[in-house]
Amino acid sequence: MEGVTKRFGATVAVADLTFTLGDGEFLVLLGPTGAGKTTTLRLVAGLERSDAGRVHLGGRDVTREPPAARDATFVFQQYSLYPHLTVYDNLAFPLRSPAHREPETRIRTRVTEIASLLHIDDKLASRATQLSGGQMQRVAIGRALVRHPSIYLMDEPLSSLDAKLRAEMRVELKRIQRELGATILYVTHDQTEAMTLATNIGVLDRGRLVQFGSPRAIYADPVNAYVATRLGSPGINLIPRALYPDVAAPPAAATIGVRTEHVRIRKSSNGHAVGRVKWIEHLGDQNHLHVTIADTDVVTLCDRDTGLAVGDTVDVELTAPLFFAADGERVRAS
Amino acid sequence: MAEIRIEHLQKTFGDFTAVRDSTFTVRNGEFFCLLGPSGCGKTTTLRMIAGLELPTSGRILLGGDDVTFKRASQRDIAFVFQLFALYPHMNVRTNIGYPLRSQGMLRHDVQARVAEAARILRIEHLLDRSVSGLSSGDRQRVALGRAIVREPLAFLLDEPLGALDAEFRDVMCGELRALHDRLQATTVYVTHDQLEAMAMADTIALMNHGVVEQLGPPQDIYDRPASLFVADFIGSPPMSFLPFRGSVMAGDRSVRVHGVEIALPEVREGIEDTELVLGVRPEHVMLSDDAPLRAEVIDAEYLGTTQIVTLSTATGAGIKARIAADIHVFPGESTGLQFRPGQLSLFDKASGRALRTALHDGGAHG
Repeated sequence: MEGVTKRFGATVAVADLTFTLGDGEFLVLLGPTGAGKTTTLRLVAGLERSDAGRVHLGGRDVTREPPAARDATFVFQQYSLYPHLTVYDNLAFPLRSPAHREPETRIRTRVTEIASLLHIDDKLASRATQLSGGQMQRVAIGRALVRHPSIYLMDEPLSSLDAKLRAEMRVELKRIQRELGATILYVTHDQTEAMTLATNIGVLDRGRLVQFGSPRAIYADPVNAYVATRLGSPGINLIPRALYPDVAAPPAAATIGVRTEHVRIRKSSNGHAVGRVKWIEHLGDQNHLHVTIADTDVVTLCDRDTGLAVGDTVDVELTAPLFFAADGERVRAS
Repeated sequence: MAEIRIEHLQKTFGDFTAVRDSTFTVRNGEFFCLLGPSGCGKTTTLRMIAGLELPTSGRILLGGDDVTFKRASQRDIAFVFQLFALYPHMNVRTNIGYPLRSQGMLRHDVQARVAEAARILRIEHLLDRSVSGLSSGDRQRVALGRAIVREPLAFLLDEPLGALDAEFRDVMCGELRALHDRLQATTVYVTHDQLEAMAMADTIALMNHGVVEQLGPPQDIYDRPASLFVADFIGSPPMSFLPFRGSVMAGDRSVRVHGVEIALPEVREGIEDTELVLGVRPEHVMLSDDAPLRAEVIDAEYLGTTQIVTLSTATGAGIKARIAADIHVFPGESTGLQFRPGQLSLFDKASGRALRTALHDGGAHG
């Protein structure tokens, strides 16, 4: 994508977007509703026409080409399977379309191959309607995989599944991508999907690409507070700089950002405590400790038996703080 | 506000038993979750409490009164559905006030109650807006407002967040729990999403095939699952299972799993040569190069603060470990597994039931 811009009336959906998705890479565009994720995907597919900029696919300028001429396959959020067809026929469908007609023996080989990759080879004779949600979504993904396009475009393909299935499918999708060496452009608002699936993440904010990089790089080194808050669970704590006058910070710093693993909380012993335990939330696998410092809440993960109780006064030490200016942009120590 | 008692409640539709001999009590002021997969009977149970469905047998007591065969309108209960049924031609204020006006309440009193509900829900600025222009979250707030104004004995909510997207669901979870803390109203909440239940409930009733499989506070159900079903349903990722054949005796403090001795909470009942399952939560698994229980790394999912590592043992069992994100692991690598001994569960595979141990007697904490 080179400087791609798309407007709908007065709204700029995508603004001057530039990025490269390498062959065999898994790129996840992350952002909330309205960030321009789906529009970007549709621009690549050719379902939308850009107002400015160029789209290249496999080295070829496809900016003005219709969807059918682009070698891309789309997987949507809702699995649109043909209910009257079997799993086999659903999977074979794209290979039987007039434009890409293939001999039946080739189709059989390909469908069987993909079905075993997706672990649905025992379901080939079942009607689509007899499947569970997870199986249906696997068939929908399988239908994209039977072809060998140069790029797969996926629009929140897991969001209609429940949490458990979503977690399973994440692992599956990553494995399939690795085994096929597929090139995938994937959009989601789910940070967990972005973190776990992506080779690179592109964080979008109101149509603009604000940061591009590996999950680890973006998590550890966000360019602004917006990016910092989009990744991490529980989210990064943003604390007014004034609450920590002793921390050495660049002059422009207005806010200190500190992740849960960089907060050290100890029961106060020396009398000058900074915070008070407000609430300890037990979520099963995680326990969230909520501490109030002045009017600011700090949330950190804690062990089940911290020995802390609601109302305790505590010291809160920040071990690896990040600094943000008043406008949210990152300020680095010089 | 009131207590809700369910006694031997049963509901059959033809040959199909939707709810089987359910007995539980929702305490006054409690946030109670009916949790389970679709078809488990949770919505049917809720609808019987509301009076939208009549039980085949059993009793329902609301604040001490037997309401089993009373009409829905005679029960002082407010029901909030998954799909916010608002009147599109009315504004927010009229929508919220509707239940009161239809009861014939004086206009002045209606206004006061609506204002109070809007204040609690923090939607005062929306009162004169048309509902059709609202976001889905605000529509759901209005639907809640319509339930709150009536000041009923209890609130019944049927997957009220099901129609919202995942990100917003988290926000609404926090709001609903905070709202409950302010109102202290008896609430029965139906969901299939264990994360919602874990985040909000005081007590969870986990249902399966029409039966309450386990009843208790979230942490208790998480730490001491009564069955394989519960262990698998709760937790993200869920508990991992290591199946093996063996025997245990009361007093044992370890089991032999495929030749490896694994320490666990003291066993309180014996079982002879049978198919057993050792259960371990991902956060109680540690990777240790020299541990005798060997496994191969299949995948690592980086989550920032932590990572989830998927492993496969020599016998093919899949194990998930939640470990610190700064430990580097690579697919294909061989490693050893160690489990935190105080937190393991042991199940009888055939019945699915958890065997009694020091942990599962509710005694020692690990």
